[in-house]
Amino acid sequence: MALFKNFSIGAALAVPISYLANAVDVPLRWWQRVAGQGGMISFFLIPNMLIFAMFVIVPLAINIVYSVTGGTELFLTERSYVGTEHFDRLLDCSEYTDPNSCREDLFWIAIWNTVKFVFTQVSIMVLIAMITALILNGKIRARGFWRAVFFFPVLLSPVVVGLIWQWMLQRQGVFNFFLFQFDMESINWLTERSWAFGAAVGVSVWAHVGFYVLILLAGLQAIPKDLYEAAEMDGTKPGRAFWRITLPLLWPNLLVVIVLALIRAVQIFDEVYVLTGGGPGTSNLYLTQYIYEVGFASILRNPGVASAASLIMALVLVVLTLAQLGLTRWRDKQ
Amino acid sequence: MKNKIRQNILAAVISTTMLSGGAFAEDVRMMWYSDGVEGEVMSDLLDRFMKKNPDINVILDNVAYQVIQEQLPIALEAGNGPDIARVTNIKAQAKHWLDLTPHLSNAEYWRKSFGDKADWMRPDGSNAITGFMTQLTLTGGYANKTLFEQANVPLPGAKATWDEWVDASAKVAANQQLVAAFAVDRSGHRISGPNVSFGANYIAADGKPNSVDEGTKAFVKKLVDWTNEGKHYRDVWVSAAGSSYRSAAEEFINAQVPFYYSGSWQISNLATKIGDDFDWVATGSPCGTAACSGLAGGAALVAIKYTKHPKAVARVMDYLASAEVVKEFSERTLFIPAHTGLSGRDLNFDTKSEQVKAALSGFMDASANVAPNALALPAWKYASAYYGALATRTSQAMAGELTLDQAFSRMDSDIAEKVK
Repeated sequence: MALFKNFSIGAALAVPISYLANAVDVPLRWWQRVAGQGGMISFFLIPNMLIFAMFVIVPLAINIVYSVTGGTELFLTERSYVGTEHFDRLLDCSEYTDPNSCREDLFWIAIWNTVKFVFTQVSIMVLIAMITALILNGKIRARGFWRAVFFFPVLLSPVVVGLIWQWMLQRQGVFNFFLFQFDMESINWLTERSWAFGAAVGVSVWAHVGFYVLILLAGLQAIPKDLYEAAEMDGTKPGRAFWRITLPLLWPNLLVVIVLALIRAVQIFDEVYVLTGGGPGTSNLYLTQYIYEVGFASILRNPGVASAASLIMALVLVVLTLAQLGLTRWRDKQ
Repeated sequence: MKNKIRQNILAAVISTTMLSGGAFAEDVRMMWYSDGVEGEVMSDLLDRFMKKNPDINVILDNVAYQVIQEQLPIALEAGNGPDIARVTNIKAQAKHWLDLTPHLSNAEYWRKSFGDKADWMRPDGSNAITGFMTQLTLTGGYANKTLFEQANVPLPGAKATWDEWVDASAKVAANQQLVAAFAVDRSGHRISGPNVSFGANYIAADGKPNSVDEGTKAFVKKLVDWTNEGKHYRDVWVSAAGSSYRSAAEEFINAQVPFYYSGSWQISNLATKIGDDFDWVATGSPCGTAACSGLAGGAALVAIKYTKHPKAVARVMDYLASAEVVKEFSERTLFIPAHTGLSGRDLNFDTKSEQVKAALSGFMDASANVAPNALALPAWKYASAYYGALATRTSQAMAGELTLDQAFSRMDSDIAEKVK
């Protein structure tokens, strides 16, 4: 036992690590002499840049090529150039607010569903995250436990989230069982349009709110306590302290939360796909599912149209990201 | 002494190599999905094959049907995939199947035994032998006899119409407080038999798709109306967007609906899961105004042309297509064989259940009623496009997003986009 008492992993690893460092040191010094400081920067950046190019730049370039070529073939050499045909098809509408007037109606249904989902889900998500963070930042019992409870769903796979809620919300699910116990009419949570949309929003808020609570909680804890003490001595009411101290100082974190939630909401797919399959009808068909269906899942796939739709979606995400950067810089200048 | 040691080592190496012959066997991957017990039966048959043919190692990948429908086509388009696959979208993907003819031990046997369905699985105008049907299927209905008896509603007769079946089932549902009178799988394929029964003809004279005609409109309108009236189980159709497949078998198995329209491939599934819980019967296809037709089809085992081991693949296929193996497979899986030398009636199906035997017999009888327009569909390359549009737009009409006229117009434009 005495042998293990003073044992530490760090100490045990110190010797092999120092050998390794010495072994690497010699060639690195040689490289620095040959290539100079600029060469060292390249040396450390190139592996990352190669990985980034392989998994981001190259697929993006392939996506662009797909979007201007036609056919069901996957090999680029077997696809024929069609120019902007896929974009024309997607954007061919006599009235953009009426999907039925569009040639590719499902694309526009998906667009408008996504807009509605993003607006609703992000508003509810930010509000709940804010309230939860304020409560968890206060002096409540078992604070650590409650923080873990709110964060736990973030750790679950989206497919698991979708399945769990599907079992609870289906016609013979737990929710309807409780309604039945109270002699109430059962509700078709997943097959009535309004309920199904609410279910999709609710489940996605439940699954992700913990992450945003964490960001806001970090911001709240960074606000100096003496500001509140001073305000209290001046007789400031809690509501006024929130508007005048908490909200302005929490703004950078809130901005991050809003932009991240927006980006994530635009990309919504997995848990809602498992939960509702995009239904009832197409009322939960969102942009990512549309791309997936057209590109992969439908009986006759069309990779070109799917790629064109994904480029349009990428454009929206770029705008959102630029907006985040712009707002952050503007805030810094303020 | 040194030489003796060397000799011993050499002998050990040679004997180890011979004993572990499997390590040098050619791998043949087979992608397989199951509706019932056929995965276990296939595994058993392949084990026997590998014992007799140690130079071939067949790896059976049991996957979900969705993988066959959604992931296999992507792999095939990329020039990859397994060596052999069990598929249902046979004709539309025919360009990916391998012509086994030069590798088969007796191509004439294949033509004689499976030739009548060979066109279902090869490109138009081709004479290739690409595989064989693991079973023939026919769409048709099932009724929960126990529920009909409990509700004192007589089962409609052999020539009963769709209206008669729905009315009778609605009476049962009302009496037994069930969620709906009947359910149909969410699939364009599944409603094509009924469409043809109401006079639909998908195929134009030039082989291209017809516009959605009065026959299709008649049945789709009825189905949407029945959905709105609460007679047709709504959840299965509206619970997805696009052309995704959804089975309604669980609703029938759980006695939520007294009548279920699916197909003969469900027999084993129903027999296993329902057991003695209630009595059920296969009803064939209800009649429309033009016929009492189901839709013939089935699953095919096809060789993939991107295989690196075509000879080994052909040996596996030769074995699985042999009359005795097809007979055993059909008897154990309760599938109707596609082998012309094996009549379903000559098989000794591996079941003691009289209702299973009656169901198999019922489907074999119903196969005589398949209308010519339905018989032509399995070998028609645009059938998948038609089925996809039917499922997508009919479910939108059921969900109240499109009027029937809008749905029919969209079906036409969807099919036109995919066929051009």
